[in-house]
Amino acid sequence: MIKAEHLHKSFGDNEVLSDITTTIEDGEVVTVIGPSGSGKSTYLRCLNLLETPTKGKIWIDDVEVTDPKSDIMKVRENIGMVFQHFHLFPHLTVRENITYAPMKVKGKSKAEANQIADRLLEQVGLSDKADAYPSRLSGGQKQRVAIARALAMEPTAMLFDEPTSALDPEMVKEVLDVMKSLADSGMTMIIVTHEMGFAREVADRVLFLDEGKLVEEASPVTFFENPKTERAQDFLSKIL
Amino acid sequence: MGLDFAALAPSYPFILRGIWVTLQIVAVAAVLGFLFGVILSLMKIGRFTFLRWIADAYTSVFRGTPLVLQLMIIYFGLPQVLGIEIAPFVAAFSAFALNSAAYVSEIIRAGINAVDQGQKEAAQALGISYGEMMKDIILPQAMKNILPALMNEFITLTKESAIVTTIGVMDIMRRAYIVGGETFSYFEPLLFAGFIYYCLVMVLTVLGRLVERRLRQSD
Repeated sequence: MIKAEHLHKSFGDNEVLSDITTTIEDGEVVTVIGPSGSGKSTYLRCLNLLETPTKGKIWIDDVEVTDPKSDIMKVRENIGMVFQHFHLFPHLTVRENITYAPMKVKGKSKAEANQIADRLLEQVGLSDKADAYPSRLSGGQKQRVAIARALAMEPTAMLFDEPTSALDPEMVKEVLDVMKSLADSGMTMIIVTHEMGFAREVADRVLFLDEGKLVEEASPVTFFENPKTERAQDFLSKIL
Repeated sequence: MGLDFAALAPSYPFILRGIWVTLQIVAVAAVLGFLFGVILSLMKIGRFTFLRWIADAYTSVFRGTPLVLQLMIIYFGLPQVLGIEIAPFVAAFSAFALNSAAYVSEIIRAGINAVDQGQKEAAQALGISYGEMMKDIILPQAMKNILPALMNEFITLTKESAIVTTIGVMDIMRRAYIVGGETFSYFEPLLFAGFIYYCLVMVLTVLGRLVERRLRQSD
């Protein structure tokens, strides 16, 4: 369970998030949508403390991670993150990208880590790329490796920050397919996305953010067919 | 009158033996200066204001005063304060290492800052500690970017090492100068010394290109 309570985030005078309260249950798939600049990514980045909230609390299971005494590194170990621009380590091969953190952070042996890498690469359909460097991969392949790298830490939840926004259109599907099967496997997922079809199909719940506020929260069917707020109606009318 | 390099022939071995002296000073200074430079650069980008302040002040002083002055302070000045004699060789590589560290730290700092911020975030998101992130993720990428600048610094170091002549170290430069004095013709030995320095720099340049090519294997 990931819980945010009265979350605020400001950059200088600019308030990016304002009083966000959410609870994400285990196994739930939640998509976060909204216009650009609405604070979606900042919300996501606050959850694993890549951004430090200005105010408010975050709980992961029963631990308050915003408590200064809590071990941030431990929190991050258990929450995987996938970025818009992949951020693979360019000087390491695909296999090394995946095995590095399990070995260094979790103390796995090289053999164990390699086993994990092989299994995950098969899962994302890139077994043949294990020894390639990231620069040799297409965008879709890079993102699938990034997903495998995050999964290698055996996280309890995964955060996706616009995972398909930097991809050529023909590569979006291969990444979404991987995410879909991950969702089917019961992984807790929070996904910031502009892919409305995907949000509708895969999500258990949709969060709609606008100007830093959580404006609407509903099941995908309700949200897409019957949005309650005017701002959600306006947003959907522009993009659908 | 013309140049007479043949008359210089008996002195060639004497001057050439200076290569070893020059190389020793440059090698020791380059290694120490690089290591110290890495430490200084980490102090500069770290979160401790006090360490940052020290590293900045250090760089400012060592870049803001002449190298030959630093060398003379170490060789002639320090013994007066410390009460111990400092061997010319030790004074030479110390001065160059301390001076080079100031420049190297700036090069590395810029190289670290040029690494995509996303690399740091990806490492953090995986729970990788700051130290491991620097050592295995950020610095290797920074090194690739700064290699040309770093090579430039080593080349400068090689050439500038000639000023150890002023404290009596028997390097290439001093030997050429001595031969000039003994034969009453300076032009030929000095030209010969210049030729040696040029060759050393060329070797460094080629080495740098080889290393660069190796590091580019992941592109």
